[in-house]
Amino acid sequence: MSIEVRNLSKQFGTFAALRDVSLEVRSGELLALLGPSGSGKTTLLRVIAGLDVADAGQVLFQGEDATDQHVRERQVGFVFQHYALFRNMTIFENVAFGLRVRPKDVRPPDAEIRERVHELLKLVQLDWLAERYPHQLSGGQRQRIALARALAVEPKVLLLDEPFGALDAKVRKELRSWLRRLHDDMHITSVFVTHDQEEALEVADRVVVMNEGRIEQIGTPDEVYENPASPFVYEFLGNVNLFHSRLHRGRAWIDGIEVDAPEHAEAEELAAVAYVRPHDIEVDRVAQGEAALAARVTHVLSVGPIVRLELIREDSEDKNPIQVEISKERFRELQLVRGDQVFIKPRRFDLFPNRIH
Amino acid sequence: MSTFRQHSILPGFNLALGFTLLYLSLIVLIPLSAAFIRTTELTWQEFWFAVTTPRVLASYRLTFGAAFAAASVNAVFGLLVAWVLVRYRFPGKKLIDALVDLPFALPTAVAGIALTALYAGNGWIGQYLEPLGIKVAFTPIGVFVALTFIGLPFVVRTVQPVLEDIEAELEEAAAMLGANRLQTFTRIIFPTIFPALMTGFALAFARAIGEYGSVIFIAGNMPMVSEITPLLIITKLEQYDYAGATALAVVMLVISFILLLVINLLQWWGRRRGALA
Repeated sequence: MSIEVRNLSKQFGTFAALRDVSLEVRSGELLALLGPSGSGKTTLLRVIAGLDVADAGQVLFQGEDATDQHVRERQVGFVFQHYALFRNMTIFENVAFGLRVRPKDVRPPDAEIRERVHELLKLVQLDWLAERYPHQLSGGQRQRIALARALAVEPKVLLLDEPFGALDAKVRKELRSWLRRLHDDMHITSVFVTHDQEEALEVADRVVVMNEGRIEQIGTPDEVYENPASPFVYEFLGNVNLFHSRLHRGRAWIDGIEVDAPEHAEAEELAAVAYVRPHDIEVDRVAQGEAALAARVTHVLSVGPIVRLELIREDSEDKNPIQVEISKERFRELQLVRGDQVFIKPRRFDLFPNRIH
Repeated sequence: MSTFRQHSILPGFNLALGFTLLYLSLIVLIPLSAAFIRTTELTWQEFWFAVTTPRVLASYRLTFGAAFAAASVNAVFGLLVAWVLVRYRFPGKKLIDALVDLPFALPTAVAGIALTALYAGNGWIGQYLEPLGIKVAFTPIGVFVALTFIGLPFVVRTVQPVLEDIEAELEEAAAMLGANRLQTFTRIIFPTIFPALMTGFALAFARAIGEYGSVIFIAGNMPMVSEITPLLIITKLEQYDYAGATALAVVMLVISFILLLVINLLQWWGRRRGALA
C-alpha cells in the first residue's frame, strides 16, 4: 500500500516540528527518514500512524484520505524505540494481543491464533521464547518480538521509530541486515526513522533527509550520498571537507585552484564553499601542474584497506585539517609518513554559494 | 546462615538483619505477645465464652464487614481519584492532590465529629437523607462512612506512582494493535496496577479494622447494632476486665493477620502474573 502525505505542518508550542512536508512512499518500498534530533522525522512518522494529529495537511493511504481515520482503523504496524512490550504478558500473549482484541465476529479461533503466533515467532527466530516474559529477554530479542507483534495484525504499512536506537552497535548491525532480508521476503511498505546515516544508507530503498521540519532531499542511498542537494545533506551524510571558493561566470577558484563550474554560469563574483569527500581528493608527492595545493601530512591512520590521512594546508590561512582517504596500494606507492609534504587536488566537488546570513 | 544468605558485595547483611529483627521485636512482636500472655489468665472455656457472646459476635461482623466494604469502595474510588490526578491537568489539581492526605493528618476524633455533624438527622446532609428513610449517623452505615473517609489516602497513594510509571507508548502500542480504550484498560493498565491496588486495599482495610476515634462518634455504639470491636475492648478495659479485653484483642489480631496474609498471597500471585521485574 502506498502512503502519501501532503503539506503536513505541525507545531509544538512555538516549535515547528513539521513545515509543509509532502512525501510519497511507494508501495512495497523500505523508506528511511533520516535526520538529526528535532528534525521532525519522528513527528512525521507519528502523524502517518495517527498517533499525532497534524495542524494542517493530509495523509493518504493508497490514494484514500486517512487524515481523520482513527489509529485503530489505519491498519498500521508500529514499532517503538523502547519496544513497548506488555510486561504483564508472555511473549506469546504479546504477539497474540492484536488478534485477541478483535471483535468476536472477526476474531480468528484460538487454534488459528496459536498457529499464527508461532509462525510469526518462527519468522523472528524466537519461537523458543514464547512462554517467557519481556523482562527476561535481551534488547535485540525484545525488538524482534515487537516487530512480530506489529506484523500479527497483518498491517498494510509498517512504521518503525528508531527501531535499533536503544541497542548496542553489534546487535544493531545484525538486526538491520535482518530487517532488510525480512522486508525483501514480505514486501510490506515500511518507513523507519533513524538518525544514523549508515543505517539509513545500508538498509533503505530510498532515504528522506530531514532538517528543521523540512525535507532536504529524497533519493536512493547512492543519490543522496553521491549528489547531496544541499550543504546540510553533505555534512550530515559522511565526512566532507570544506574549501573556501569563489564563483565567477562558470569558473570557480577552490582555495586558489581554478576549475570549471558550468552549472554556475550566471554567477558574478560569488563567495561559495566547495564540498569534497575525503576519497575524492588526489594526493601526490609532486605538483601536477599548477592546479594543486601544498599540504603537510599531520596524521596517518593505516588500519584496514583504506588509509586515512590528515593534512594541513601550507599556503592558506585556512588551517582546518583536511581529511583524505586513499587506498592501501596508493599509500604504499607514495610511502607517506608524518611530516611529508604533498600536493592535493579535489577530484570531485560540489559548489554551494554562501547563504546570505 | 549461609543457606539463606546469597553472596553479595553489599556489606552489612548481618547487621541489617539483626537490627531489623530487634526493631520489629521491640515495636511489634513484644507488645503483641503481651496480649497473648495476658489472655492465658483465662481458661480455654472462659476465653471461648468471652469471645463468642452474641454482642461480641455482632461487633466482629460490623467491624470486619464495614472495614471490608469501606476498603472495597476505597479501592474503586481511590483508583478513580488516582487516575484523575495522574491523567488529567486541571486548575486546582495540586490542591486536590494535597486534600487526599487530609484523612491521614486529621485527628480521627475531629473526623468523627465532623462526619457526625454532617450526617446527623439535623446535619447538612442528614436532613435530606432522613426524609428518604436513610439514617447514616448512629447506624452501621455511619461506621462505613467513617471508615471510608479514613481509608481513602491509602489506595490513592499506592496506586498513583504506579500509574505514573505506565508509559504512554504502551497504550499507543495497544491502540495500534486495534485495542479499544476498555480493552487497553482491562488487559494492559489494570494488570499493571493490580498489585499496587491490592496493597492499597490491604492498608485501607487494616486501618479500618483498627479504627476507633472517628467511628465512636458517628456509630452511636448501640450494642448488637452499631458497636465495633475496638469499642468493646475499651469498654472491658474501663471495667478493669483486662483479660477479657485482651481476649478480644487476640481474636482481632488473629483474624487481621489471616486476612492480611491472604491479601499478601493475592498480591504475590498478581505480581507473578504481572511479572514485574
